Amino acid sequence: MEHSIEYLEKQFQDRIDRGENIEAKDWMPEKYRKTHIRQISQHAHSEIVGMLPEGNWITRAPSLRRKVALLAKVQDEAGHGLYLYSAAETLGISRDELFHQLHTGKAKYSSIFNYPAVTWADMGAIGWLVDGAAIINQVMLTRTSYGPYARAMVRICKEESFHQRQGYEIMITLCNGTEEQKAMAQDALNRWWWPSLMMFGPTDAESTHTEQSMKWKIKRKTNDELRQQFIDITIPQAEFLGLTVPDPDLKWNEERGHYDFGEIDWTEFWQVVKGFGPCNKERLKARNKAWDNGAWVREAALAYSEKQSKESIRKAV
Amino acid sequence: MQDKLYNYLLMLGDNSMILGHRLSELCGHGPSLETDIALTNMSLDLFGQVRSYFQYAAKLKAGDATEDSIAFLRTERNHHNALLVEQPNEDFAHVITRQYFFDQYHLLLLEQLCESKDEQINAIAHKSIKEVKYHHRFSKTWMKRLAQGTRVSHEKMQAAVTSLYPYTEELTKANAVENEMFNQGIGADLASIKSVYYEEVDGLLSNIGLQKPEEGFFYKGGKEGIHTEHFGFILSDFQYMQRTYPNMTW
Repeated sequence: MEHSIEYLEKQFQDRIDRGENIEAKDWMPEKYRKTHIRQISQHAHSEIVGMLPEGNWITRAPSLRRKVALLAKVQDEAGHGLYLYSAAETLGISRDELFHQLHTGKAKYSSIFNYPAVTWADMGAIGWLVDGAAIINQVMLTRTSYGPYARAMVRICKEESFHQRQGYEIMITLCNGTEEQKAMAQDALNRWWWPSLMMFGPTDAESTHTEQSMKWKIKRKTNDELRQQFIDITIPQAEFLGLTVPDPDLKWNEERGHYDFGEIDWTEFWQVVKGFGPCNKERLKARNKAWDNGAWVREAALAYSEKQSKESIRKAV
Repeated sequence: MQDKLYNYLLMLGDNSMILGHRLSELCGHGPSLETDIALTNMSLDLFGQVRSYFQYAAKLKAGDATEDSIAFLRTERNHHNALLVEQPNEDFAHVITRQYFFDQYHLLLLEQLCESKDEQINAIAHKSIKEVKYHHRFSKTWMKRLAQGTRVSHEKMQAAVTSLYPYTEELTKANAVENEMFNQGIGADLASIKSVYYEEVDGLLSNIGLQKPEEGFFYKGGKEGIHTEHFGFILSDFQYMQRTYPNMTW
């Protein structure tokens, strides 16, 4: 029996309202599918591009222990990229197509990775703040309505929280170190604080996707709620380190039970989103270079596997 | 202090460290996510081995030596890795060929070190051989794939073999330290490794249609601390933090 689109959409929304997961083979509105492709692939791209700022410090890590931890962390990000591209593929798009969107600048990724990692302390600040902000978002996503995405997030969250602790531990070590190390930590916090707050996206008033995403339980909290949650968690951590958050307007508001904070520079936010951040061009160039240089390898692997399967068919016959 | 054993540990550790470093340069830049993850994994394994060797070396050296002082504070002439492992990441064909040439040696070496009379080396070898079996399977499979994939990949592999093969002999050419360690039952017998090594390597090259260079000329010097010009740049990166901010805890 054929159902009308309206009927199917109603059934779909009822399932979401009952808290059921939507699976790859279930009927879903085209817009739900597209929204998920956009969101999951942006997330996957962020993992892959996110390997670059930290990857740039692997060869210069200050101790063997730190080097191994950083290598493992960046490798985890590649793994997260893999799960997420696979989750996106369940919605009927190929990894190659998604890469093409990234390489041509059509797809977005988290703007935070367009900032440069200029000192070793940035490895601490990125883990502490950037992974910290990501976790706030991702914990929410473990309960998102699309099953494959939610399940990928469960695994990712476990590793991300480990990365966050690792970053914070780098910060603790620096803050317990020499004056020079502590200054390096403060400088990193100064540079990464505001871009980390921008990771939650535009304010609710400006956010174009929030309303529909909430209805479909893709998101369960708004950008502003998540940002506030991050600030409330992070300020005591900065105080423990003895570092100063670079916001003169920051203060505890007893009445609200939250920290008040200063105005985010949205001009900078949009500038970076539109491709004019400090490293946008370098990041895309690095991804394109890796992809182009690897083309002959991928072609050879494919040609070899085709030859092998022809050979096994020939033997079987 | 047991000088010869200490120097032997440096040789073992430096091979893993410098190859691990070369692989770590590729993290985030591989031809596919899967290969990126695999190469990083091998780098991680190699650095794990470095830590084991250098923690042991630090104990032998006593005083305030640590795994990090050994890893980060030696100059060019005091590093004893073979020249092969410091060769740059020219392209994926060079990366794979360098890896396979080293893995084949590494596997044979560790098989013998699993019999070492030195308990620590014996234990490190038992742990490492599991990892290196995987490295060897990975690099050998990619040797085949790329040699027999496309015309382009075949040519690139041939170029890599021609350029890297002359670095192989140094791996199995014993120096005074290695001879002494073998005589004490601690180290491997490189002469016996050498014959199996070339049976395996030459056998594979011939099976997959690659030619080894005709000139039977080989490079050497790394084990004695005489490196290629690439080496100083490796140390500039590797030691940057420790040299810029001496005596700090990270």
